[in-house]
Amino acid sequence: MSDATLNGAAPAAPRKDKVETPFRRFVSEFAESKIAVAGLIVFTAIALVAIFAPWIAPQNPYDLAQLDIMDGRMEPGTVGGGGFTYWLGTDDQGRDMMSGIMYGLRISLMVGAGSALIACVVGASLGLLAAYAGKKTDTVIMRLVDLQLSFPSILVALMILAFLGKGIMNVVIALVIVEWAYYARTVRGTALVERRREYIEAAQCLALPTYRILFRHLLPNCLPPLIVVATMQVARAIALEATLSFLGLGVPITEPSLGLLIANGYEYMLSGKYWISFYPGIALLITIVSINLVGDQLRDVLNPRLKK
Amino acid sequence: MTVYLVRRLIQALFVVLAMSVIVFVGVFAIGDPVEILISPDADQIERERAVQALGLDLPLWQQYLVFLGNALQGDLGRSFVFNEPALKLILQRMPATLELAFGAMFLSILIGLPLGLYAGLRPNAPASKAIMAGSILGFSLPTFWVGLMLIMVFAVQLGWLPSTGRGDTGTLFGLHWSFLTVDGLAHMAMPALNLALFKISLVIRLTRAGVRETMLMDYVKFARAKGLSPARVTFVHVFKNILIPVVTVVGLELGSTIAFSVVTESVFAWPGMGKLIIDSINVLDRPVIVAYLMIIVLMFITINLIVDLTYSMLDPRVRLETKGT
Amino acid sequence: MAEPTLEVRNLRTHFFTRAGVVKAVDDVSFTVERGKVLGLVGESGSGKSVTGFSIIGLVDPPGRIAGGQILFKGKDLARISEEEMRSLRGNRIAMIFQDPMMTLNPVLRIDTQMIETVQAHRNCSTEEARQRARDTLGMVGIPSPDERLKSYPHQFSGGMRQRVAIAIALLHEPELIIADEPTTALDVTIQGQILAEVQKLAATTGTSLIWITHDLSVVAGLADDIAVMYAGRIVEKGAVSEVLDTPLHPYTAGLIGSVPSRNKRGEPLRQIPGMTPSLLNLPPGCAFRTRCPRAADACMAEPAIEQILPGREVRCFRPLTGAAEQAA
Repeated sequence: MSDATLNGAAPAAPRKDKVETPFRRFVSEFAESKIAVAGLIVFTAIALVAIFAPWIAPQNPYDLAQLDIMDGRMEPGTVGGGGFTYWLGTDDQGRDMMSGIMYGLRISLMVGAGSALIACVVGASLGLLAAYAGKKTDTVIMRLVDLQLSFPSILVALMILAFLGKGIMNVVIALVIVEWAYYARTVRGTALVERRREYIEAAQCLALPTYRILFRHLLPNCLPPLIVVATMQVARAIALEATLSFLGLGVPITEPSLGLLIANGYEYMLSGKYWISFYPGIALLITIVSINLVGDQLRDVLNPRLKK
Repeated sequence: MTVYLVRRLIQALFVVLAMSVIVFVGVFAIGDPVEILISPDADQIERERAVQALGLDLPLWQQYLVFLGNALQGDLGRSFVFNEPALKLILQRMPATLELAFGAMFLSILIGLPLGLYAGLRPNAPASKAIMAGSILGFSLPTFWVGLMLIMVFAVQLGWLPSTGRGDTGTLFGLHWSFLTVDGLAHMAMPALNLALFKISLVIRLTRAGVRETMLMDYVKFARAKGLSPARVTFVHVFKNILIPVVTVVGLELGSTIAFSVVTESVFAWPGMGKLIIDSINVLDRPVIVAYLMIIVLMFITINLIVDLTYSMLDPRVRLETKGT
Repeated sequence: MAEPTLEVRNLRTHFFTRAGVVKAVDDVSFTVERGKVLGLVGESGSGKSVTGFSIIGLVDPPGRIAGGQILFKGKDLARISEEEMRSLRGNRIAMIFQDPMMTLNPVLRIDTQMIETVQAHRNCSTEEARQRARDTLGMVGIPSPDERLKSYPHQFSGGMRQRVAIAIALLHEPELIIADEPTTALDVTIQGQILAEVQKLAATTGTSLIWITHDLSVVAGLADDIAVMYAGRIVEKGAVSEVLDTPLHPYTAGLIGSVPSRNKRGEPLRQIPGMTPSLLNLPPGCAFRTRCPRAADACMAEPAIEQILPGREVRCFRPLTGAAEQAA
């Protein structure tokens, strides 16, 4: 009996001629879901529009000199007084909705991504600390996490804004306080598993400084779940910011985010002027859905528990 | 069990105290209460008298004790706007919020459970895929915007349902309820659906996952091997098993439903506690803010306590396990 | 000779997965006479459970019966409607599952689970059904059945639960019971009790049994006939005493050699090298050849099952026929 027959039941020979790096495998696994790739493309486009809004928007919606109050509440597609076509209509102050949405996206994304980033840094650090230090530190931090997670996000945000008052900075602070606990819990969970691994022991034997073990050795290995949570939290932050702005507790009226644009259209809704609220809502919806699609697929790809 | 109960009660009490400190410090210490509590027209003497009357000249910890003492007697201050006790204002509005929240939870089960069941039983049917896509939308859609769209379609375009207010109310236990009248129900339909949207998605996903998991169980296969009809297998053997976790989770969500009614109440001008707190934050009516926060914290702690106790009664193992991952 | 209770002819049950067709049961034929016990033996994944589920019509998508006949009292179960199949299930053909901790619904009381079975096939009052349930529980040796009927499954031990499951299978005095490793999850003493109980019941009621197991010692004590499955196919079948004494197929011999036994104390246990092949990409030819000590070039072709001795069938080009080879 030859070796060939012995191996008869083994799977087919490796077919990849390229070297399979972890990153390349990650990309190909991510690309398995067409809808996630579509989400990524849409989100990239949205992010580009938001970043380059000042250059591509037909109008600067914050510049009151450019606005013509006579063009107020015009239907989508109307040509305004200045020979200017309002493809998505105008709001009550004659502001071009398309430009308003582009600038609004900018603020929504900035607040959402910014707060998610700060919360990630704060939460991940505390989570790492809790896992690495253990004992009292761990108990105190995790009790705080548990306590906060037992209250819904909107309530925590509401409480903080009730203390601090309105304003864009306060919204960011509120979002960070709402979100840090999710990161802390995720990182602590992973770090607790990782810190028992040999490489951490090895690093400890080398007497490396604690901060170096934490951030150079432990943190990189906790990244996959952290990335998933961060993606989901950006979407949540954007939605929560929009909600708070809609409730009148968020960004100032002079620089409206998507939520505030929608709120502005509320009173005109009842007279059938739907577009002031409708289009910013669609923009918000597409943004959140596209991020969630990417996040869903990231979770499937990066979660080792789901891997077969 | 008794030891566990006592320990849990003490814990809850501790959380209430901690939250009262946070709320007190948050509302009274950040910013200048004198500026907010006393009319700007008052002269120096009037101001000092008011400061003394309100105890604002005392050290902060003494102020807190005064606040706590008053709170224990049910005195959480008077609303500047309504010139009524803040607690009374909140309690007046509570039935509206509660009926909205319960209506939403009822709807979420009524709609979510059958859809989830269908999607779980036929995971590959086009309708199931549509249901699941819908539930993703339900998670992603901003609640307030959906509320606006509901108003636009059903109130403005079609004119079927009223867009704001509670409508006629009936009286039960000396309180006013919208669900007792047809007009009230018509007013409640859209807000309740709006508030239920997120929960419907949640129930669909839970039910579907539960059905798919339960269908693989040996006892379901055994039930089929006994020659039972598919209806009996589905509605007795599968359904009864998933009902317990689904209802538990929906019960758990009561707190968050009440909290999120803030948004829905603002959209539909529903005169509940949520609308009151937003209005109060906008005009800085601090006693009402404090009263709302204290009451909602109390509600949450009570709900969490009840849920924990129910769990430990259902499953003795919970008592031994430590929480969290 | 009377009509056999069950005759399976060339049964094929395939699973059409995205990765390819899994031939879980491939060209399986056997006969179970009235009142006899057939031991269906094989490793996990050999297709023995799927064979059982095929007979009772509970193969779930993506699996389905792709060919062959399942003649139950002359009627082909592979071709009858689901409704007709359902009227047989639990009634004239019953099944007992492997894990008694999992087969009873945890949220339904025992009486509910028994009464519904009675009423699924017989038009009778709940009280009559309860009476039947009570009698059957007594029959399988459960003390104070009245009290037990009002209990939930978690209030029973594993052995007790399996007795309840057996009682449920016996409610309608079926002609055929398919037992899918029903004693594997139980303690040895309980296993013995249940085996004795089942043997007695089968003998007194004339019920035929298909006993699916990987445990040869159980088959040795219980079965009349044995069919050994490997990779979805029956590789050897015949009377229990003959097959276990003089196995013809190298795989059967390997299985017997792997059983620890008193007589072979001190000797190293023999084992079959390698693992069961994936049913997705079976090697061409005999499926066992990659692990077979007797494999030769001839085994690259697919062997058919043939009767080489009276009452003995084997699927092998190089069966162990000589006494010298048996000793090796």
